[in-house]
Amino acid sequence: MATVELRFSALPEHVRTARLVAAAVARRAGVDEAVLDEVRLAVGEACTRAVSLHQSGGITAPVRVALIEEEKAFSIEVGDEAPRVAPGDRVPGSGVDDTDVEEDEMGLAVISGLVDDVEVSAGEHGGLIRMTWPTTPAEATLT
Amino acid sequence: MDLSLSTRTVGDRTVVEVGGEIDVYTAPKLREQLVELVNDGNFHLVVDMEGVDFLDSTGLGVLVGGLKRVRAHEGSLRLVCNQERILKIFRITGLTKVFPIHTSVDEAVAATD
Repeated sequence: MATVELRFSALPEHVRTARLVAAAVARRAGVDEAVLDEVRLAVGEACTRAVSLHQSGGITAPVRVALIEEEKAFSIEVGDEAPRVAPGDRVPGSGVDDTDVEEDEMGLAVISGLVDDVEVSAGEHGGLIRMTWPTTPAEATLT
Repeated sequence: MDLSLSTRTVGDRTVVEVGGEIDVYTAPKLREQLVELVNDGNFHLVVDMEGVDFLDSTGLGVLVGGLKRVRAHEGSLRLVCNQERILKIFRITGLTKVFPIHTSVDEAVAATD
């Protein structure tokens, strides 16, 4: 089970809240201080992408964020409920705004540039971005 | 923290001082400001990012949009930024090659090429 779970209406003003909560839980989990900025940015990008997918798809369901503390790692999962078609099936001018596509790809580019361990999956029921960072056990920080 | 914006004129340049967080919620305000400046005939912009605490890809998109607008009028858009965590985002996305990034407003205002 996730350490902390968050569900928020797909609105831009709530993305900041998700960033703040994620950074607070990551800090508690032992993610290095120097990496917290990256956690904040990556989770913000993932949530921004989910909000945009929900808004453009007219999906009223909330965006889901799971913050998961593991033994030597901290993971964040950001899930959306926007159904996908295979990338090759996307027809230009079929209703998907090219600007949205560009911004979506820029967000993913930032995430993959920031996070070494990231998995992006998508299917007919929605997508999931899972990002993982190593944590330092509390006792090791004392030495 | 919300976004703060203020503009001033230095010679033929318009300096936009940005503070706070530029994200999916606040970026539209920055976009409006840049569009308004260009529509009013200000084609040489200096965006001072020293007071920015957070910048994401939505903010980058707005800056790229601003650059496209000023270039359409043979203008310029220069950034002022010394913060490593903000500069990192420009590097990851390759935008350090797109924007002239300066260490001070004075340097950006004096720059010509």
